[in-house]
Amino acid sequence: MTDTRYTKEHEWIRLDGDAATVGITDYAQSQLGDIVFVEVPDSGKAIAKGGEAAVVESVKAASEVYAPVSGTVTEGNAGLGDAPDTVNSDPTGEGWFFKMTLSDAAEFDGLMDQAAYDAYLKEIDA
Amino acid sequence: MPDSAALDSLLTTPLDALHRSLGAKMVPFAGYSMPVQYPLGVLKEHLHTRAAAGLFDVSHMGQADLVGDAIAVALESLVPGELQALKPGRIRYTQLLNDDGGIIDDLMIAKPVDGDINRVHLVVNAACKDKDYAVLQAGLPEAKLERKDDHALLALQGPEAVTVLSRLDTECASMPFMSLRPATINGVDVVISRCGYTGEDGFEISISAADADAVARTLLEQPEVEPIGLGARDSLRLESGLCLYGHDMDDETSPIEADLTWSIGKRRRAEGGFPGDARILKELHEGPSRLRVGLKPIGRAPAREGAVIEVPDGAAVGVVTSGGFGPTAEGPIAMGYVATEHAKPGTRLHLIVRGKALEADVVAMPFVPQRYYRGSK
Repeated sequence: MTDTRYTKEHEWIRLDGDAATVGITDYAQSQLGDIVFVEVPDSGKAIAKGGEAAVVESVKAASEVYAPVSGTVTEGNAGLGDAPDTVNSDPTGEGWFFKMTLSDAAEFDGLMDQAAYDAYLKEIDA
Repeated sequence: MPDSAALDSLLTTPLDALHRSLGAKMVPFAGYSMPVQYPLGVLKEHLHTRAAAGLFDVSHMGQADLVGDAIAVALESLVPGELQALKPGRIRYTQLLNDDGGIIDDLMIAKPVDGDINRVHLVVNAACKDKDYAVLQAGLPEAKLERKDDHALLALQGPEAVTVLSRLDTECASMPFMSLRPATINGVDVVISRCGYTGEDGFEISISAADADAVARTLLEQPEVEPIGLGARDSLRLESGLCLYGHDMDDETSPIEADLTWSIGKRRRAEGGFPGDARILKELHEGPSRLRVGLKPIGRAPAREGAVIEVPDGAAVGVVTSGGFGPTAEGPIAMGYVATEHAKPGTRLHLIVRGKALEADVVAMPFVPQRYYRGSK
């Protein structure tokens, strides 16, 4: 059973058991536009909630991807090196950024669920 | 994001309603609300311009006439470009200089088609308008500056631009690169220039604000044409090795350092007679201490403006002034200034991005061949 949560910075995190997968939302990719470069963290890297975890670049600008929760990276998506545009075409699937283990499950529970994120999107588009 | 008060104070161009109806994403730029991209997106807008034709709203640029006795001769006291030998109907790219030889702005100066020696046409950068006009008035107090703030400027750029515009103005196809002439499009008086900021063949159309929307819509109805925003305008000019004022040059940069020596006429190099000529002629003969160069990162990661440039042993030798991804170059590209001893093409340098050294080679610019119109084939 998986559970997906969202941050105000438009990252998603999907928890499956005690392992999680992190990426950016469809809204985020549409705001960034055509993605031309992605830098993902190496396996074993410790990341702290809210800290810079990855970089995503469009033609125009570079943006940080923040860690939704604290923990340890177990895998970066190597496939994005040659095909960064996967983040545009499939942001919540093949376009994932990294997998991680959580050091504090309560941080996950504190994030927005789908309904709360949808409401948040409506608020910022208003 | 700018607050709503800041947005409210922005100027709009005569094409504002058109941009919004096309779904443009509007951003503040040089005091104007401008389209940074349309639904097509920066990457496809860029590629479309290189493949067919793109329409840009560049109405934020400063258009003006300068009127005064033998104005081209007088204006040579402020710029290093050869203006006296410029023929009627021809355009010169040059720079307004300060007394230290630094660049106040880069601009286009044209002579009227009718041969009037007491008038020149100017196009200056949006963000520099007020500054430039003040410098021109202070330097040439006898001359009269006629601002054309009631005019829009459209740029139609790309290999199909000439095909498209020929449907509306049959004579544009034979116009030389860097020339202008008055014309009529859809019954409206315009001035058409064959120039641009993309490295492609193309035209700029100066038109009264009241008529701009209709002509822009007519151009957009042509099957080859897509609207293009500032995002792609920036990546197109970067690929073409063209400077952006305030980034790749500023009031401390000389035209020699900026690798714009080609824009200084032979007679001007011999005679001087422009602000900062002592420094500029010295740099011309002895070489500048730093030089604008093209930089090609070896990997996929782009280096952006502000990235420090180091030699492989770690000493800083320069800084990136424009950088990003070149959609046609299909990889990261940048330009920046380096100490002249490291400016030779083929030199391996490091660009410091997020604390890491990114390998890059100094390369000759442009990154993508320029395809200006050079006469009938």
